[in-house]
Amino acid sequence: MTVDLSHYLAVSGIVFGIGVAIALSKRNVVAVLMGVELMLNASNLAFLAFSRFSGAFQEGTAPLTGHTFVVFVLTVAAAEAAVALAMAVLIYRRRETVDLDRISVLRW
Amino acid sequence: MDSLGIVVAFYVLSAVTIGAALSVFLLRNLVHAIVLLVLSFLGMAGLFASLSADFIAIAQILIYAGAISVLLVFAVMLTPLSSRNNANSLYVGPGILAGVAIAAIVVFTAIEVDWVQLTGDALRDRSFVDTIETIGDQLLGKHILAFEVASVLLLFALLGAIVLVTDPRGVGTDVTDDADDAPGATEEPA
Repeated sequence: MTVDLSHYLAVSGIVFGIGVAIALSKRNVVAVLMGVELMLNASNLAFLAFSRFSGAFQEGTAPLTGHTFVVFVLTVAAAEAAVALAMAVLIYRRRETVDLDRISVLRW
Repeated sequence: MDSLGIVVAFYVLSAVTIGAALSVFLLRNLVHAIVLLVLSFLGMAGLFASLSADFIAIAQILIYAGAISVLLVFAVMLTPLSSRNNANSLYVGPGILAGVAIAAIVVFTAIEVDWVQLTGDALRDRSFVDTIETIGDQLLGKHILAFEVASVLLLFALLGAIVLVTDPRGVGTDVTDDADDAPGATEEPA
């Protein structure tokens, strides 16, 4: 038995699909954000798997661009979570709800 | 032929990650869903570690399982009990359909493509390779501009989050004062 690139990519695709389903079908703003975080995590797994299984890794000369990209994805995900959750709190304060089916207009 | 340990670790971690992510979809209580989301993040960190990505695995535990989950719990606790359910909206059917379609496409591609021909035979030797030094060289060398832009992005996200949640009528205003204003009868929002 061996575990190779296709196994990791399959796990990444399944988690990404679950994230898409959560982000599209949940009613609560926080739950939608959780789906987005799952999608970002799945893309990180794909980046790291490709970086690990590319040919240059074992010689120790790999540029590890996949790892560097994942560092930036983590940074942007943290910034996005902070701003989005602040917006959720603000929307609740003004509209008394975080139900996405009721936040359907851009003005009030 | 991998050693048995890495195979068992991969399947256990994959099962934990996917099962916890599915539970996030299925659970009715949003607080329970956040706890299982943290479990999914931890399983993903284990998968990262099995790919010799030690630095990213630690960063994943610190940032996702630590910081972002605390932010999520705060956002849930700042909204009332009535909005703590994890109900589906009207678009649950198309949402599930889109998720299944994307997962099926990716899994089919991952299985069908001959990756060994494209990536070389690097996976046969699974000895651990240190990554932190190379990541540091890359971040402060070739990708220095993106590194600085990311720091500016973090600064503006911090400022934006503070500005958004600060009450425009003055810091220190009791939040319960807003509650007895009828919605719509409040004065002009800033």
